[in-house]
Amino acid sequence: MSDGKVFMIFQDTADARPFIEALTQENPAATIIHQPGMIRFEAMGEIGITRAVVEELAGRDVDLQELHLTLISLSGNIDEDDDYFRITRH
Amino acid sequence: MSLNIAAKEVKPLRTNFGYTARRVGENKPASRYQEAVYDIQPTCNFHYPPSWEPDKMLFDASRTAIVMQDWYSFTDPRQYYYTTYVAARAKQQEVMDSNFELIEKRNLLQGVPAAVLQQIREVLIPLRHLEYGANMNNQDICDRGYGTTITSLASFNGFDRIGMAQYLSRIALLLDENEETTLLAAKTAWLDAPVWQPLRHAMEDTFVLDDWFEIMVAQNIVLDGLIYPLVYERFIPALTAQGGGTFLMLTQFMNEWYGETVRWTNQLMKVTAAESPANAELLSAWTSQWVARLEQAVLPLAQLAFGENAAAQQVAEVKQELLARLAKQGIKV
Amino acid sequence: MAKKLNMRKRYELLTRGLGWEPTYQSKEKVFSNESYEGIKITDWSKWEDPFRLTIDAYWKYQAEKDKKLYAVMDSFAQNNAHLNLADATYVNALKLFIQGVTPLEYQAHRGFARLARQFSGEGAQIACQMQSLDELRHTQTQIHTISHYNKHFNGMHDPFHMHDRVWYLSVPKSYFDDAKSAGPFEFITSVSFAFEYLLTNLLFVPFMSGAAFNGDMATVTFGFSAQSDESRHMTLGLELIKFLLEQHEDNIPIVQGWIDKHFWRAYRVLALVSAMQDYMLPESPMSWKEAWEIYFVENAGALFNDLARYGLRMPKYHEQATAEAEHLSHQVWGTLYNYAHAASMHFWLPDEKKMDWLSEKYPNTFDKYYRPRYEMWAQMAKEGKRFQNGGLPQLCQVCQVPMLFTEVSKDDPMQISYRSSEFNGEKFHTCSDGCKDIFDHEPEKYVHAWLPVHQIFQGNCGGAAIPDILNWYHFKPEDGGDYAGSADETRWKAMHGETTGAASSDTESAEEKAAA
Repeated sequence: MSDGKVFMIFQDTADARPFIEALTQENPAATIIHQPGMIRFEAMGEIGITRAVVEELAGRDVDLQELHLTLISLSGNIDEDDDYFRITRH
Repeated sequence: MSLNIAAKEVKPLRTNFGYTARRVGENKPASRYQEAVYDIQPTCNFHYPPSWEPDKMLFDASRTAIVMQDWYSFTDPRQYYYTTYVAARAKQQEVMDSNFELIEKRNLLQGVPAAVLQQIREVLIPLRHLEYGANMNNQDICDRGYGTTITSLASFNGFDRIGMAQYLSRIALLLDENEETTLLAAKTAWLDAPVWQPLRHAMEDTFVLDDWFEIMVAQNIVLDGLIYPLVYERFIPALTAQGGGTFLMLTQFMNEWYGETVRWTNQLMKVTAAESPANAELLSAWTSQWVARLEQAVLPLAQLAFGENAAAQQVAEVKQELLARLAKQGIKV
Repeated sequence: MAKKLNMRKRYELLTRGLGWEPTYQSKEKVFSNESYEGIKITDWSKWEDPFRLTIDAYWKYQAEKDKKLYAVMDSFAQNNAHLNLADATYVNALKLFIQGVTPLEYQAHRGFARLARQFSGEGAQIACQMQSLDELRHTQTQIHTISHYNKHFNGMHDPFHMHDRVWYLSVPKSYFDDAKSAGPFEFITSVSFAFEYLLTNLLFVPFMSGAAFNGDMATVTFGFSAQSDESRHMTLGLELIKFLLEQHEDNIPIVQGWIDKHFWRAYRVLALVSAMQDYMLPESPMSWKEAWEIYFVENAGALFNDLARYGLRMPKYHEQATAEAEHLSHQVWGTLYNYAHAASMHFWLPDEKKMDWLSEKYPNTFDKYYRPRYEMWAQMAKEGKRFQNGGLPQLCQVCQVPMLFTEVSKDDPMQISYRSSEFNGEKFHTCSDGCKDIFDHEPEKYVHAWLPVHQIFQGNCGGAAIPDILNWYHFKPEDGGDYAGSADETRWKAMHGETTGAASSDTESAEEKAAA
């Protein structure tokens, strides 16, 4: 894993909550920065979420593509499938 | 913070943007559609000639022989701007999703006779390639066309074609329980089988047309005006009697889509022809030329769909419907 | 029972084999733009779209996004929520936005349609048309959001007319014309990579967060909502660059050249954004320099570390851009202040509180170079000798910004930087090594630039006198000049039930409001 920084930024809204909480839970090394209207997660090398965790937090079936509704920006290479969404640096 | 509204100046300064006020008047509020499309395309003072066409400007009305005093004379009767467009399609896709789900869950294809399934494989699935070509043509219109009321709906139209190509792919996957046999066979047929070659040839000839309005006529007026009625208004409904009623549900989108599309193509032809006798002549020349070419090109497909005997009659009927519709818009062939 | 398909496989099958393989017409004719730039593609099927958004999913999610966005817009208008802004000076950022940025979104819409027609590989083709549609979305949602502001403030009433004509708007317009007149691969490198991947976060993230901070819920909503599409676009840009580099080694120097050029070109456009960020937000959560550090230095640094294995390096002159971050917004704002009488928005001198904030954010430069300048101008204004530049500025032949940048990287930050080149016996002026390089590489292209000042001198802009030109721009007398004493200021006070007092008390009352 490289030491390059990756980030994901979400809108600070109720709809984003399960994704924000999953990111917090699953990436304990990530730094969480609150700014007006938005929440920024940054970490070295990799950041990601799994569907099972988001579903658990949302209390319903979740399609991970729903994150497009509240995602503001990201940096890194995307690796996505039905069950996870990850951003990495090579 | 509590606001004492009575004490505040909340009366608007103006009702409209200048660019909409010039079209609808200072005091009549413009609709969101009008704000979103009127005159938003750049028209002058371009900095550099395009490397891909150095003798023209970046946006240039002379990329077609059609001449309009005002390229915004045409407006979309559906009044689609981005949001109303995606909202309409989101609703339709929800219906399609539940159609697919129901058919898959209840195994509704199981009762369909093998002959019907075979017809679907041969007639319907290869059309995904035709949709892709229609997509290219509409992206071309969006790229080289003039005036946002026209180019934005070409963009939507093109995108719809990819959507429909993907629906056709889903039908193929449903037939094959997620194997790609039909998809591959359809591609081979599209590239090699004699039945598809006149159409594929005609499509490729539309790709290299210089005049984007001619592409509009060849693709969205004539080709669609033959293919959609033949396939989705005649062929698919006829399968119901043979036990293929489920395919009405699986192609519901296409059927509704065409009904909707005709509304703006009619309007576009009408406004463009009414502009000048020269325009009307050009439109009718393009129409007759492409009708002559494409009625021949769809005939083998009609034979596959309706049998040798009925095909010519079916094609003649949809051609008549098309010409009658165009005549009402002032285009005589 | 049918086998289950994962997302990757399903996406692949839905678009399987759609790319058109012409046999009746030649490939060169059908995809006539694909090869003339010298880019070599051996296998389009190696292209993979990491987002794998099918068309029906696109409709569904985008409709969902817009439902939320328009609900905010409607309630904003219904409640006259512009009354809740921290201060009306903020609205000037929206004026610049609708005049300068929204028309670019439209250009991108049309430009990506070209790519969607000209790329023969279906994966990239489909991603490009999604982006084309997204860009139309951004144009239209921005119009609809700002429509409400246009009803209550001046200067926003004719953005598309202005974009084709106004002097300062030729900066963004010429950048996009540059990309759009290039071939498809240069266009996408310019827009998706140099502009969107490297730089748009600077506009859409910290600025929009600032909009939220200043009470503009409508703008922050469209800003963040647009940027959510942007993460797809940035990914398209990155994947395309990687794809080109993997396809053929001959592509590497071509792509590097485009990255160098369009990074610099886009960076010069963003000079306007630096002024929005530091001066037009009454309350700034982040300075331009801080945003540059996070979104360019860190982000692009990590990105180019990734890309090094493909043989790519950081864009040329990036160090200079980083050095300029200490000066950029102040130099731009000062120039805009000098030409306030020829703009369709208001400018003003920063008040004490703002200057203290700027001193804190720019400890190396603000007090040393820029505070004294503002204090002098404030003194002149007080004496009734408001400083303004009556002449027309010399513009850079490439970026078209007036000559205002200085020799920061030569440690001479008070010396205006000039460069020049000769072509066909004529002399052409540029503002920097970056712009000079761009000119020298394609002089035959840049001599065509529609330079507003030249055009004015040639009589192509409505007349010779300033009022004639402003009239040709569709500017109204109340659109420009100082904020203090403007019609906007008077209205803003009336909106809050105040009568107009002395102009100098304005900033104080705005601060009190913000504090409340």
